[in-house]
Amino acid sequence: MSGSAAEAPGHIPARSDLTGPVTLATLSDSRAVLDGMGQQTRLDLSGVTILDTAGAWLLVSYQAAGAAAGQGLTLVGASPAQSLLLDTVSAAMPAPRKPARRRPHHRAGDGLARLGAQISVFATSIGESVGFLGLVMARMGWMILHPSRLRVTALVHHMQHAGVNAVPIVALMGFLIGIVLAFQGATQLKQFGAEVFVVDLIAISILRELGILLTAIIVAGRSASAFTAAIGSMKMREEIDAMRVLGLDPIERLVIPRILALVILLPMLGFIANMSGLLGGGLMAWTQLGISPGMFRTQLLNNTDVSHALVGLSKAPVFAVIIGVVGCHQGMLVKGDTESLGRQTSRAVVIAIFMVIVVDALFSIFFSLWGV
Amino acid sequence: MASEAIITVRGLTTGFGKTVVHENLDLDVMRGEVLGVVGASGSGKSVLLRMIVGLLTPRAGQITVLGTDVLAAGSGGIAAVGNRWGVMFQGGALFSSLTVRENIEAPMRERLEIDPATRSALADLRIAMVGLPPTAGDLYPSDLSGGMRKRAGLARALSLDPEILFLDEPTAGLDPIGASEFDALIVALQKALGLTVFLVTHDLDTLHATCDRIAVLADRRVLVTGTMAEMLKVDHPWVHAYFHGPRAHAAQTAQTDQGAA
Repeated sequence: MSGSAAEAPGHIPARSDLTGPVTLATLSDSRAVLDGMGQQTRLDLSGVTILDTAGAWLLVSYQAAGAAAGQGLTLVGASPAQSLLLDTVSAAMPAPRKPARRRPHHRAGDGLARLGAQISVFATSIGESVGFLGLVMARMGWMILHPSRLRVTALVHHMQHAGVNAVPIVALMGFLIGIVLAFQGATQLKQFGAEVFVVDLIAISILRELGILLTAIIVAGRSASAFTAAIGSMKMREEIDAMRVLGLDPIERLVIPRILALVILLPMLGFIANMSGLLGGGLMAWTQLGISPGMFRTQLLNNTDVSHALVGLSKAPVFAVIIGVVGCHQGMLVKGDTESLGRQTSRAVVIAIFMVIVVDALFSIFFSLWGV
Repeated sequence: MASEAIITVRGLTTGFGKTVVHENLDLDVMRGEVLGVVGASGSGKSVLLRMIVGLLTPRAGQITVLGTDVLAAGSGGIAAVGNRWGVMFQGGALFSSLTVRENIEAPMRERLEIDPATRSALADLRIAMVGLPPTAGDLYPSDLSGGMRKRAGLARALSLDPEILFLDEPTAGLDPIGASEFDALIVALQKALGLTVFLVTHDLDTLHATCDRIAVLADRRVLVTGTMAEMLKVDHPWVHAYFHGPRAHAAQTAQTDQGAA
């Protein structure tokens, strides 16, 4: 860069004036020249070919620094355009900012404070979610009294997207879980010559627990995120505000159809997962253990009570409400920026899956106390 | 005014699917001028801007900016010439995860090796030059009003001291006072920095206040270019309706009043 004026190091020039371009790209070279200028009070700019705002900023800040030190620096020889630029920059020159705020050093107790803050945020968000659940419940009750207010088109649309479109993945997941259980169970039960009980193992674990739990987890991943993203982007585009202004209730229009769709379809998806789990398990038992389909059927019907399936499916509507409420609520919490949309979407999935597992554990305790 | 063409567009043909937006479009932008591009909604003004800065690829034609053939340059060539232009998008298009200062620093951080203190001081200078309060630097785009967001977008476009400034609807969505302040800002910066400005707008007041020359996009090409006075004499129905409508008269009167005062 010619801004460095091509001085050899150590050689002190008689007049170290700036020449060539003084721009953003040559800023450090130009600064070196100015630093080497010493006590000079006149600076000739006639050799400067290109001056941009960054270069002008450099000159003006040197001038200001000189003035502060009681030493005036006069700039001469600038072209009219360059003087205009210098004037504009010196007029706009911001007051020097306080040095960047340093992050305070970590102190003892910081971790504790952070933990407390996190717990308080967590508790508040649970409170808010419960409040939202109450709001939805109240609306839902009101809607039972006024069934004509239900948006059937929206309901069917969400049933299609959140339910029917999830059938392949749910069925595949159930099938694979059945295979895994049969395979793992068989290797253990073979040691006792009790291979045939693999049927009970598969049937009870899938019908009672795994079928519906894993379905709920998949649907939480698919639909809670979709709900948050859809409602959140409506919130960002002020569609929710527009609805409120037009006297449309967003809960009634957006939330209830989504939750209702899940409540109707999650038990069905759970049932599909159960059936394909039994199919996968049966297939594995047949090929690997020589348990024929007929024998599988007999063993299944004799030893596994239908109550297992009913216990499993009875959890589905509760899971559906959890997934729907969490997804929609997180969508409503989206603020104006795109970052919060992403944050709330991932939170929705985490919270929904976590709550589903917690509630499943509560169900287990409840059913065992009740003796079902 | 120097008559060196800094942007030349030749035989540009673009379309999406079956719709043809431009057909055999020619346009020259001279160094140091403010060119206003007007046209009906959907006439492809913003598309033309996006073609010139290499965001979209035309079906046919040639675009030269600062001596670089944009279409043949590839991403490396575009990046090199991209240091010499700045683009301000309609809504400011600020990065929402960065503060205003970080937004303005972003191009410098990406393209040049500058120490952080200088970078942040230069960002503060840009903030002051576009008329934002010094406190705006620490705010996030979602904290800003529409007008402030546009100013911040302009500051980011000016971050690398470009030779050409592309402005897409700079005054859309601003209140009249904010819009005329913005017009004045563009003129002042253009004069001080010696910018060439390519300005897409609907705003007749902006055209009156800022533009040296106007290009009218209609019938899929640049129908006519010239000064405001020349525009008033054009016979084409759309151009006539545009420059002689009630709003045009109001803008003209306002301008003459200002001139008289």
